[in-house]
Amino acid sequence: MFVINCPHCNEPREEEEFHYEGEAFIARPAEPETQTDAEWGDYLFMKKNPKGWHWEMWGHSAGCRKLFVVKRNTANHAIDGAWTLTEARAAYDAEMAKI
Amino acid sequence: MSSRVIHKHSRVDFSKPLSFTFDGKIYQGFAGDTLASALLANGVKTIARSFKYGRPRGIVGAWAEEPNALVQVDVGARTTPDLKATQVELYDGLVAARTSGWPSLAFDLKSLGGRFSRFMPAGFYYKTFKWPNKFWPIYENIIRRAAGYGKSPIEPDTETYDHKHHHVDVLVVGGGANGLLSALLAARSGLKVLLVDDQSELGGYLLSMPNVTIGNLYARDWVAKIITELSNSPNVTLLERTTAFALHDMNMIQAVELVQDHLPHHERKPEQRRERMHRIRAKQVILATGAFERPLVFGNNDLPGIMTVSALTTYFNRYGVSCGKNAIILTSNDLAYQGVADLAEGGMNITLIDTRANINPLWAARFAKLGVTIYPGYGIDQALGSNAVTGAKLVKLDSIKMSASINCDIIASSGGLSPTVHLFCHDGGRPQWKDNVLAFVVSATGRANAGIYCVGAVTGVFGLQESLSATCETITEMLAALNKKVESDDLSFNTDEINCSPAHAIFRIPTTAKAFVDFQNDVAVTDVELAVRENYRSIEHIKRYTALGFGTDQGKLSNVNGFAIAAEMLGKTIPEVGTTTYRPAYTPVSFGALAGAHVGDTFEPRRYTAIQAAHNSRNASYETVGQWMRPWYFPKPVEDIHAAVNRECLAARNNVGILDASTLGKIDIRGKDVREFLNRIYTNAWNQLAPGKCRYGLMLNEAGMVMDDGVTACISDTHFLMTTTTGGAAGVMSWLEKWHQTEWPELEVYMTSVTDHWTTAALVGPKSREVLAKLCSDIDLSKDAFKFMDWRDGTVAGVPARVFRISFSGELAYEINVDASYGHYVWEELLKAGAEFGITPYGTETMHVLRAEKGFIIVGQETDGSVTPFDLDMAWAVSMKKPYSFIGKRSLARSDTARTDRKQLVGLLTDDPNFVLKEGAQLINSDNITPPVPMLGHVTSSYYSAFLGRSIAMGFVIDGIKRRSDEGNNIVYAWADGKAVKVKIASSVFFDAEGARHDV
Repeated sequence: MFVINCPHCNEPREEEEFHYEGEAFIARPAEPETQTDAEWGDYLFMKKNPKGWHWEMWGHSAGCRKLFVVKRNTANHAIDGAWTLTEARAAYDAEMAKI
Repeated sequence: MSSRVIHKHSRVDFSKPLSFTFDGKIYQGFAGDTLASALLANGVKTIARSFKYGRPRGIVGAWAEEPNALVQVDVGARTTPDLKATQVELYDGLVAARTSGWPSLAFDLKSLGGRFSRFMPAGFYYKTFKWPNKFWPIYENIIRRAAGYGKSPIEPDTETYDHKHHHVDVLVVGGGANGLLSALLAARSGLKVLLVDDQSELGGYLLSMPNVTIGNLYARDWVAKIITELSNSPNVTLLERTTAFALHDMNMIQAVELVQDHLPHHERKPEQRRERMHRIRAKQVILATGAFERPLVFGNNDLPGIMTVSALTTYFNRYGVSCGKNAIILTSNDLAYQGVADLAEGGMNITLIDTRANINPLWAARFAKLGVTIYPGYGIDQALGSNAVTGAKLVKLDSIKMSASINCDIIASSGGLSPTVHLFCHDGGRPQWKDNVLAFVVSATGRANAGIYCVGAVTGVFGLQESLSATCETITEMLAALNKKVESDDLSFNTDEINCSPAHAIFRIPTTAKAFVDFQNDVAVTDVELAVRENYRSIEHIKRYTALGFGTDQGKLSNVNGFAIAAEMLGKTIPEVGTTTYRPAYTPVSFGALAGAHVGDTFEPRRYTAIQAAHNSRNASYETVGQWMRPWYFPKPVEDIHAAVNRECLAARNNVGILDASTLGKIDIRGKDVREFLNRIYTNAWNQLAPGKCRYGLMLNEAGMVMDDGVTACISDTHFLMTTTTGGAAGVMSWLEKWHQTEWPELEVYMTSVTDHWTTAALVGPKSREVLAKLCSDIDLSKDAFKFMDWRDGTVAGVPARVFRISFSGELAYEINVDASYGHYVWEELLKAGAEFGITPYGTETMHVLRAEKGFIIVGQETDGSVTPFDLDMAWAVSMKKPYSFIGKRSLARSDTARTDRKQLVGLLTDDPNFVLKEGAQLINSDNITPPVPMLGHVTSSYYSAFLGRSIAMGFVIDGIKRRSDEGNNIVYAWADGKAVKVKIASSVFFDAEGARHDV
């Protein structure tokens, strides 16, 4: 029952307006046919499941229908930020660079 | 009424007598009473029988902490089980009953088992009912009958409930001294404030402490003054009888308001709700939830007539009920003293037993004047009496020397206060043990960054003056964070309290008699002892093994004593043992309040097509598909579903039928890259589809499994209209958005859901062309001009229409799409035009039979997320040559997906043409059902086909595609309802495999 700030609508809205779209930044392999079964299986099924901060995609299904990225703590549902898909990668890379 | 004490402080209105019934007997009480105070005033001592041993139990508390007095209130549809008599407001005509004790409260059969209690120790469920395994269903039956209290209503609820949403600057939970002060300070600074309190009257424990003064005012006048100011502030809302029962992420608080259960039936308004749930999103939450007094644990401490000191004081001061004449008060702290003084002044004979050897001299002097006998350094070994307390055996604590027994008719004990930390902990907060106050407390400003502040007793500050000053500091800090300040100059909190001496860290007095920690679950000290002896170490495990803190009590009264006793036995400190987890709901919440208005017709939106009225007028029977209400079949008088469907099927095959297909999802897709987008989303190729043409497509998920199907029409090179399954429309829409936004933003496509914009009438059957021709003159309907899988723009019955020549039945068919506003009109015109051909409206059931006769799949019926196009024998719909690797393609080559012996879709035919297989029946290799029986697959669709004159079915069978043409190996058995029925594997296309019927 948290509140998400949709970066497209730029307004905090109740969770029930949104749907979860899973882990962010899973890129579809450019050439699926050259992937081994193991590599393709990794892409399909192996998802991060951290206790703590998680970068994930949400969709504003009852609003603007846009997907965007949320950094959420899976242990306490704290939300550290929400970015459009275009901005999110830079925010993620900046954070990874710090670690 | 002998035990009524009429005094000026009482909040009971003695001029308004009320009568009520408990367990079939009529009693009298007064306006302002709770059921508990009225029962006590009438001398009713035993009000329950205990859970395991059937021991008599009485009222222990005065509010939500009450563990014993669970009652059933009201009768019929309004009856509510497991209400605490201490929280039920009395009204004239109230009917209540016990929820335990069989055959009666005076004699409980379970009490005979009391003497066998050594056979019912902690964990006895696990030990006693474990073997043999196959008897568990019988044990479960017995346990279920013995467990629980009260009865749920069996009639439908006749009352209504609703939900209300609030967005406020400040929510104050608790209307006691510190909650009221917090609300006042926040309100004076101009913030939008909501205060909720669970009682019928604001004031909290001050209502039980009328002789205390704050500043120059008596407590009740101080409360009244604040309430007046809050009530007159437009930025403040006060909600009484409203329990905040859960605190969720980001300060979402749920609270339930009892709107009119406290009123006599004739005063309840039918248009008013029974309960209302408030969902409150608060920028700041101030928890002023107070504390409950915990009792001390001693022998036979569960006898009726033993309660907490705060309860005894509350009944006396607030309700004007004297629970006894000769009271023994057992305490380990000074907090109980003001109550003791009030009781003594009110004429009760009091023997004060303090576990501490030294009594605060100021209090000692005051008690001496009031004639209170004091035993310093003593405890109670055990209470005496069989059905009610008649005395106590004392013990001198430093020498464990037994002392004489004292007679009494009431015992009240105080082991200190346990802060009500529940809400603070619901979203992951943990309380901290504070040795100087002997309590788990929460920090006043420790969660200020989340907007959660705590004031009053919940923070472990128990003195009134001290807590009011601390509240003032906390609120100042909260306001400062909001760039505001306290706007008050009359902040004098001087009280006439005597400073407290340190409390004694004692939770139980060792005894040989049975001593209970948790009354509601009949958990005794020996049970905790046993759990530790059996090597349970975590308090969470000890809780579950003993049932400590289960049920409606949720540890309000029992938890801290249980933790302390476990700590003692584990040789650990209390903070090392810690607490169990606090979870919502703080007190029980009715299903009605949780559901609110989302019941019956308003449970979920129901979607109807534009031609609903037409279906109603033709006696349609409906089925729910997602949120849609679709005509299922159209029975004529005396027809059952089978007769109706047979008639509808034959009409569509032999003449003409008509189906409302408006619910199919429709997505309008435009942009220069639509073709490429469709190439990537669907399994087949879209480059060559010319304007005016349609194509069937299969949509896979990335794992290669079928997720949707439908026909997409090319309107122009940059404009396509996609149809989806009825139930899949919303999911497909977000699926398309997801791929477009994440992987292919470079493709120029725009998607719009247009499902509701169109009405779609499917005109089906050999006579459909003739019917349409009567209403449509601007489309050349001839076979070669308007081919199968073409669409045309034109007018039907004078209305602009888009007509698709597609078929989900295998017959010549036209799907006529018009603006939904004209849908009903066009539908009626089609029926008029078709009358001479015997046009027959049909529903989804006939649609299913017609498509099954042709072996057409339904996504979600034939598929379940584990089925590939090859499993469906639909390789024809998959183009492996497209340059872009379409969604799901790579997965089709994964080793498991590419196996040739997967479960595959086949037709299934019984020997008996009239036997219709059960959908979901397991398919097995022989009729020998001695385990193990390998499961080969299952039946997905099964119908009686009137047109073919026999039953038909489809289903999945391992290696089925090969087996359907393998004469010696094409028999399987369908297992359902205790029978194995022989079936032959066949083609799933049951007739017209060459498609001659639609190609006319």
